[in-house]
Amino acid sequence: MLKIDNIHARAGEKEILKGISLTVNAGEVHAIMGPNGSGKSTLAQVIAGHPGFEVTSGSITYGGDDLLDMDPEVRAQKGVFLAFQYPVEIPGVTNAYFLRSAYNEIRKANGQEDIDPMDFLDLMEKKIKLVDMDPAMLHRSVNAGFSGGEKKRNEILQMAVLEPKLAILDETDSGLDIDALRVVSGGVNALKRADNATIVVTHYQRLLNYIVPDFVHVLAGGKIVKSGGKELALELEAKGYDWLVDAA
Amino acid sequence: MGSSIETLVNKEYQYGFVTDVDSDTLAPGLTEEVVRLISSKKAEPEWLLEWRLKAYRRWLTMTEPHWPNVKYPPIDYQAARYYSAPKSVKPLQSLDEVDPELLATYKKLGISLTEQKMLAGVAVDAIFDSVSVGTTMKEELSKHGVVFCSFSEAVHNHPELIQKYLGSVVPYSDNFFAALNSAVFSDGSFCYIPKGVRCPMELSTYFRINAAETGQFERTLIVADEGAYVSYLEGCTAPKRSTNQLHAAVVELVALDRSTIKYSTVQNWYAGDKEGVGGIYNFVTKRGKAHADAKISWTQVETGSAITWKYPSVILQGDNSVGEFYSVAVVNNKQQADTGTKMIHVGKNTKSTIISKGISAGEGQNSYRGRVQVLPKAEGARNYTQCDSMLIGNKCGAHTFPYIEVANNSSMTEHEASTSKIGEDQIFYCKARGLSTEHAISLIVSGFCREVFKELPMEFALEAQQLLGITLEGSVG
Repeated sequence: MLKIDNIHARAGEKEILKGISLTVNAGEVHAIMGPNGSGKSTLAQVIAGHPGFEVTSGSITYGGDDLLDMDPEVRAQKGVFLAFQYPVEIPGVTNAYFLRSAYNEIRKANGQEDIDPMDFLDLMEKKIKLVDMDPAMLHRSVNAGFSGGEKKRNEILQMAVLEPKLAILDETDSGLDIDALRVVSGGVNALKRADNATIVVTHYQRLLNYIVPDFVHVLAGGKIVKSGGKELALELEAKGYDWLVDAA
Repeated sequence: MGSSIETLVNKEYQYGFVTDVDSDTLAPGLTEEVVRLISSKKAEPEWLLEWRLKAYRRWLTMTEPHWPNVKYPPIDYQAARYYSAPKSVKPLQSLDEVDPELLATYKKLGISLTEQKMLAGVAVDAIFDSVSVGTTMKEELSKHGVVFCSFSEAVHNHPELIQKYLGSVVPYSDNFFAALNSAVFSDGSFCYIPKGVRCPMELSTYFRINAAETGQFERTLIVADEGAYVSYLEGCTAPKRSTNQLHAAVVELVALDRSTIKYSTVQNWYAGDKEGVGGIYNFVTKRGKAHADAKISWTQVETGSAITWKYPSVILQGDNSVGEFYSVAVVNNKQQADTGTKMIHVGKNTKSTIISKGISAGEGQNSYRGRVQVLPKAEGARNYTQCDSMLIGNKCGAHTFPYIEVANNSSMTEHEASTSKIGEDQIFYCKARGLSTEHAISLIVSGFCREVFKELPMEFALEAQQLLGITLEGSVG
């Protein structure tokens, strides 16, 4: 589904990703771990197409197509979803309207008609239960005045509605209390299917108690320094990152 | 901003076509003779000619105001034409008699004078250059005693109302442009809602400047008698020309005791091209007088014109009267706007609300100018002002000039202001959800303007939102 081949990327003059390769197949859950500043979030942003990062070499294909050649909105329309580490506020635009706009853009890209607004409401009612969110939130402005936990739930709600093929969760666990963490990961697990894939970017092992990865990759200094199965996460929990960073 | 944003192209002004009809146009220049000629062409009564002449003489003694925060080369008032009427206009019995080219023009503007609007329950008085060419729904309105007609018709059919209220809110001596308008106004709309009547439909006028170098000086007078209610919509477009055109209109609203007038404008006059060539100079005086327990509400969405200079105002004359001003003003490229409102609190316990949203893009300059004046006898007066600016790009400007004068101890005024920049983060967030840059900007901006849009009648709100999108296309670079 996603094939990252020796990607280098920088922000301004600073090179952040220094040759990353990673293959993600349908049905898989990959965890990207690593210390602060290792390039985890940059990798997530580069996949989503953030204009602040410039890819200097390497390639990324998605479903066989050149991902780097696509505008961010095209990536989204083709099923790439980034759950933001810091979800952005859009005052005056209701959550429901924003989501319906996004939903319809994706339908349009797939040659489908706009969804009937009433049908969309039904869909929302169903999806909002997944993340245990107050339906009143749908009529509040996108993320405006939301607590940290509410913003993260809102990201997962968007994911539930848009049903991406490739979901990237960028530190979705940071700032969540244990209950919220359980709700959010429950939502993610419920959305897992044989034909989609998830990349979980996280600093801590605890999220991986809830979202069990098939593969764990450790990023340090802009490179993947170690890959393994889910047991690698436990090892990291016990030993920290230093032994890997030093070895690299 | 990202390269995908930079590559967006400006959408051309889609209403920039010229209708080829035979016009009856006066030679350029303004003299007493011209004023007399306009009056006689319209077969006006003597008192109206006298009023025009007084205005003209007063105008000669006045100078053009230069305090607005806008720049433009001197206007040669002797080079403009002061009257232009499509020649084919005779008294019309039905729409079938209207020049098909004119109807086609309206169609391009998306205004259907016929079935559609009837179904939508909107009566349209369309002003083409200076003469009103068709009025619909007149019968339905007259059942309720509502008068809705062109200004010229009203002069002939309801002279007592015109004589009583013309100039009662905006006297001809009010300001330079109001005096000019009073001398040479060619047509406009008149509307009277009798005592206790709730006007059964939204009234709507579409203005359009067609003939080249013709200043349009229309005059609108709305009188809501005691306890009446009316909602009035005004839409404006003009063809695309390389020279600047002057538009100096006057709107007077009279809200008698316990009545309500809601006046909504979507102004999309031609704004000039990207280099600032051409475009309308929109110098307009709009004011209402609210008597006891009456309410006047102005809502405006200003997306067009090279220069906008207007301050829809309310004189809160009667006790407990209410004034509202909701405004969205957008400037892009080289557009300039100096707009806002005046709320003059005269009566006791009068209340006013001002919500102003200014959006600046390209090299546009946007100024909010507002005056809240509480006179000594206006005990217990209240004002709330909120004034927000949004900047798109880094070559534009937003300016705020609030004046607040309170002359008693029992009143309260509040003023809140904010300035924000449309963020790359917001745009990327939308794009990451599948929205194009254009769609993202229009979504973010309409969110910013929501408090104002919700004051507009439904179909107008949609149009305003679309116009905003068109105006701002290609603005992020």
